[in-house]
Amino acid sequence: MTTMEAIGPRPKRILDPTRIMIYSVLIVAALYYLLPLYVMIMTSLKGMPEIRLGNIFSPPVEVTFEPWIKAWDTACTGLYCEGLKVGFWNSVQILIPSVIISIAIASVNGYALSFWRFRGAEVFFTILIFGSFIPYQVMLYPLVIITRELGIFGSLAGVIFIHTIFGMPILTLLFRNYFASLPQELFKAARVDGAGFWGVFLKIMVPMSPPIFVVAIILQVTGIWNDFLFGVIFAGTKNFPMTVQLNNIVNTTQGVKEYNVNMAATILTGGVPLLIYFLSGKYFVRGIAAGAVKG
Amino acid sequence: MANQDRPNPYFRNLNAKVAATPMILTTMIVFVGCSLWTVIYSFSASRALPVNEFVGFAQYERLFNTSRWNKSVENIAFYGIFSLVFSLVVGFVLAAFMDQKIRFENTFRTIYLYPFALSFIVTGVVWQWILNPTLGLQEAVRSLGWESFTFDLIADRDTVIYALLIAGIWQGTGFVMALMLAGLRAVDDEIWKAARVDGIPKWKTYIFVVIPMMRGVFITTLVIIASGIVRLYDLVVAMTAGGPGIASEVPAKYVYDFMFARANVGQALAASTVMLTTVLIILIPWIYLEYGKKKKG
Repeated sequence: MTTMEAIGPRPKRILDPTRIMIYSVLIVAALYYLLPLYVMIMTSLKGMPEIRLGNIFSPPVEVTFEPWIKAWDTACTGLYCEGLKVGFWNSVQILIPSVIISIAIASVNGYALSFWRFRGAEVFFTILIFGSFIPYQVMLYPLVIITRELGIFGSLAGVIFIHTIFGMPILTLLFRNYFASLPQELFKAARVDGAGFWGVFLKIMVPMSPPIFVVAIILQVTGIWNDFLFGVIFAGTKNFPMTVQLNNIVNTTQGVKEYNVNMAATILTGGVPLLIYFLSGKYFVRGIAAGAVKG
Repeated sequence: MANQDRPNPYFRNLNAKVAATPMILTTMIVFVGCSLWTVIYSFSASRALPVNEFVGFAQYERLFNTSRWNKSVENIAFYGIFSLVFSLVVGFVLAAFMDQKIRFENTFRTIYLYPFALSFIVTGVVWQWILNPTLGLQEAVRSLGWESFTFDLIADRDTVIYALLIAGIWQGTGFVMALMLAGLRAVDDEIWKAARVDGIPKWKTYIFVVIPMMRGVFITTLVIIASGIVRLYDLVVAMTAGGPGIASEVPAKYVYDFMFARANVGQALAASTVMLTTVLIILIPWIYLEYGKKKKG
């Protein structure tokens, strides 16, 4: 994480009523934001008898990790009782190829759009960006037909294909803006030295761009991990990602509701993006700001 | 754009064109092609499978005579307006407070923004638990001695939409705050100095000078969250599954259910075309603004 700013307020300003008001508002807001995280953790560490006493805010009297083990290993999603681990590994299998393929394609797009403008490029780019605002529901059915014709509907390849398509607008925008900020002279010098389209890209652009690749990876890992709609439609029952499994565990209609197991499962599902978020603070902010700042 | 020498437009940049093929295919086949397909087949009599029998506006007539669809539209309009206004106002106020050279700025920002890293499914499940009428917040307050305390938003048809709002706002306001803060940081320091020299109070400077200057940031944020609201789906599935009854149904869920569970593709396509139209109504003025700006620059 980044370091704190060096500008400290002058001592007398601390007691300023405006400052007190500002800090109170910020702290109350922070408590509201932290409350669900607190409740999740506390509930996941309690036994069911304690939960039935009915105070979701009280810390556990007796800490138990049983719900975590159950959530991971034996929780039931409809017919199967193999826990969230199945969904976790499915999500990993969806995530890795989707992230690599979508970033590879989008970085080349961004590069072509910044340095090799061909006729019509801007038109396609504009459609791509405005296309990203079209609700997914509008394109779902034709995409089901397309993936079925390609023979990848209901498979890992199908959902990876879909993630690659819908990751393209934001990632292309991200890379295009980044490459456009690099000096043109660099590109011209490499061209004079005889490097071609791919030579410039692989030898000059990629080595210069680790930060933007990090931003893109964060954006894609959190986005794809958190996806529900594409997973439930295109992945097929045996490849359901973790979010779909979590929903199936929590909202299953059979059996007694085990809120502690549900909360442990929720933390496990949210854990991956949260970990990335806490480890990568400023890159994450840059990633989400990329969506708002257009070039 | 660059209007330099272009000897042969077709073979120039051949490599770039080949490299951009996935992008061209995506835009033409998916974004343009699939959307057109949906619009065209929304006029067909499709049931379990799409058919080429076109029936004019029959699907739309049926759609707007379906109480579940009308409830969905009503819900998303209510949810949309409330969450837009609330997240913009609160997001801006938090950002303005964060911009007062406060201590622990990074800590505050980390806290406000972490829900945005979570899946809507996670958010929905957590809030479903907190708002649980028998064991959640309501019971916790009652056990403190306030026996008549009632907070069962999620179980009541008239209030379940507020439950969705609480969760949706929790997840999204941090994002708005981050965008607003970036916008505030981009405001020239000279503005603040000039205002201070003229003795204009801070709040007045915000309302009459800074906010008008940040118009672009506001509009962009508005467009991004508005088009996100239209596709609201996961949160409803995880938190209420559209219930109690049809009290928290939303259009995106209508589309999914009619497309995949009820095998009524025609209805689903008509509903998604209505969603598309709504987004276009939001987008087209924005595109005009964007292009207007580019011409000036």
